[in-house]
Amino acid sequence: MKQASGTGKNATGIGMSPIDSKKLIEYALRALPSAGSEHAMEEVREAFTLDTGVIGSVPPPSSLKGMAKMALDAVKGNKATIFIDKLGERAAFERTGTRLYEAMLAKYDALGSYDGGPTRERLEEIRDEELEHLGIVNEAILALGGDPTVMTPGADIVGVQGIGLVQVLTDPRTTMDQCLSSLLVAELTDNDGWELLANLAEAMGHTEMAQAFREALDAEETHLDDVRRWIVATVGEAASLTSSGSEASPA
Amino acid sequence: MALDIFKETGVPLEKQEFDWRDLVREPISKLDDDAFTRVRVILMNGIENESWTFQHQFHRMNEALRLPLARVRRAEQHQQTVVNWLLPADQSVLETTIAYEQVAVEVTASLAQNEVDPYVKQVLDFGLLEDFDHLYRYSALLDRLEGKDANNILQSYTDVAPGRPTKEEHRDPFDDLREHYDHKRAAPITKINALTIVAAEQQTRNYYATVGNVYADPIARQLYAEISSIEEQHVTQYGSLIDPRETWLEKWLLHEVTEVYNYFGCMQQETNPRIKAIWERFVQYELGHLHVVMDLFRRVENRDPAEVLPATLPETISFKSQRDYVRNILETQVDLRPIGTQFVDKSQVPSSSPSHAYRARVNREGSPSELVSAGYRYIPGTELLDRARVLRGANGHGSRGRVQA
Repeated sequence: MKQASGTGKNATGIGMSPIDSKKLIEYALRALPSAGSEHAMEEVREAFTLDTGVIGSVPPPSSLKGMAKMALDAVKGNKATIFIDKLGERAAFERTGTRLYEAMLAKYDALGSYDGGPTRERLEEIRDEELEHLGIVNEAILALGGDPTVMTPGADIVGVQGIGLVQVLTDPRTTMDQCLSSLLVAELTDNDGWELLANLAEAMGHTEMAQAFREALDAEETHLDDVRRWIVATVGEAASLTSSGSEASPA
Repeated sequence: MALDIFKETGVPLEKQEFDWRDLVREPISKLDDDAFTRVRVILMNGIENESWTFQHQFHRMNEALRLPLARVRRAEQHQQTVVNWLLPADQSVLETTIAYEQVAVEVTASLAQNEVDPYVKQVLDFGLLEDFDHLYRYSALLDRLEGKDANNILQSYTDVAPGRPTKEEHRDPFDDLREHYDHKRAAPITKINALTIVAAEQQTRNYYATVGNVYADPIARQLYAEISSIEEQHVTQYGSLIDPRETWLEKWLLHEVTEVYNYFGCMQQETNPRIKAIWERFVQYELGHLHVVMDLFRRVENRDPAEVLPATLPETISFKSQRDYVRNILETQVDLRPIGTQFVDKSQVPSSSPSHAYRARVNREGSPSELVSAGYRYIPGTELLDRARVLRGANGHGSRGRVQA
């Protein structure tokens, strides 16, 4: 299996250049630092935050049915807008999640698995469940009279967060364990996301919807358990390689 | 509302001041602003970068004008920053790419309709169908890499469908050069259109050439490499429309009037008042630059700027969906191919064409643009949404049926 932890020529540490690093440190200590402290940056961020608006808004429902439902939720004191935002967020997450598992399948096909690692069938199953969860959110948004193609602010933000995960999964140089650590980030977030959504639906009186979301949460909990177990197994495999004195070799 | 560029002198160059806070304003909203506000931001960033690039080339070739060029260029630098920093950080590189292609489609189509020289219009129509295809390929990548819908950026103004296939756009340089206009006879709008499109395409080429390495995915890296190469062909094509016999000062004058013209069009049509104020300010700044150059033109070349400049500004770019025009060009011209500077039906291109050999060479390991979009058709909400619906239907919508409110 491709391993990231083989010994090599990593040049990033200061200890790699004992003579030059000594010069670097001595010169930096002799130079006068700029006035002030790093708190100056906080002040600028604070000022910009106060001066600037938000990333975007949640649109009003595009259908009469949706407007009626939103008005009803408003009368009940419920935050229909927050709910729509969070639904959009979950839909975006499940879309990216499906693409992450597709990338993971390509990684699996290239590198294969290991003792206690994922099987292709299980990865496919999780991918399909992410897709099915997208379908559930889609039906929920439609049931509320919303537009499932809207990128809500929450959807936008998870898109920004997800870029790093996509980068790791699609990089041909990354290893199974590096990809699994990214999937762990995704699954942890997704679990909390579904729980929040289920609670929100419950609080707003959408009981049927809340139950569908809890079923999705059950599946997501299993995904999380699996990814955690696969990560532990990668360490186990690496440890066994080390103890037998074998060097990691590219797959 | 007309603008008399000879009477309106704008803000004098020495009064064109900036500070760092002024350069970094609140960006536009990816979600809430109209797509054409983003189109204008991207276009004007390209216009500013072309002016900056041109003025650098000029001062390396002219001793006497180095200082005025450096002074004007400093203002252009800061204007470019104000404009380009209006793009928000939550817009991913690929989403920004979708927006660049929307600029290429909508702006090219508008320029073509304003163009009075039939040959130049033909060149614009030819390039239009290639950028239209890029939009389709990048939309497939956005969907299949990040799981996002290109229409969140396009806002339904622009179609997402194949144009002239990107894999067929690769040509030998011989087939990318065009005939240039005659600077003594061409209408001012022809010169302004040529500079506008070369600026937009150059910006696109430079953007792809810079960000193509940002993505880890090998398909994404290959697609940017492939389309960046076409954008280089487009910069060659559109740059060759410009008459090389114009003097450097004449070209500078044309650059400045192109900036006035484009900022003015943006100002007239801007829907976001905060951004409109920036366009208004920069119309005044560019008028200031134009008058500096008009003065130099009179003194150095002993010529009247009215020889080169239009008496009144021509009709501006129309920042609106050009869907019908684009579809019509697609239906009637998708099979055109160049032989040297002329366009013919692809059936008339001889097998000895250097572009055939070139294409065979660059595509010999396959075409990234074909690979990324294999089987792709635009579907609102991404093709995943469609797959999710099918999957839910096949599963009878799970144990409890379709989700209800």
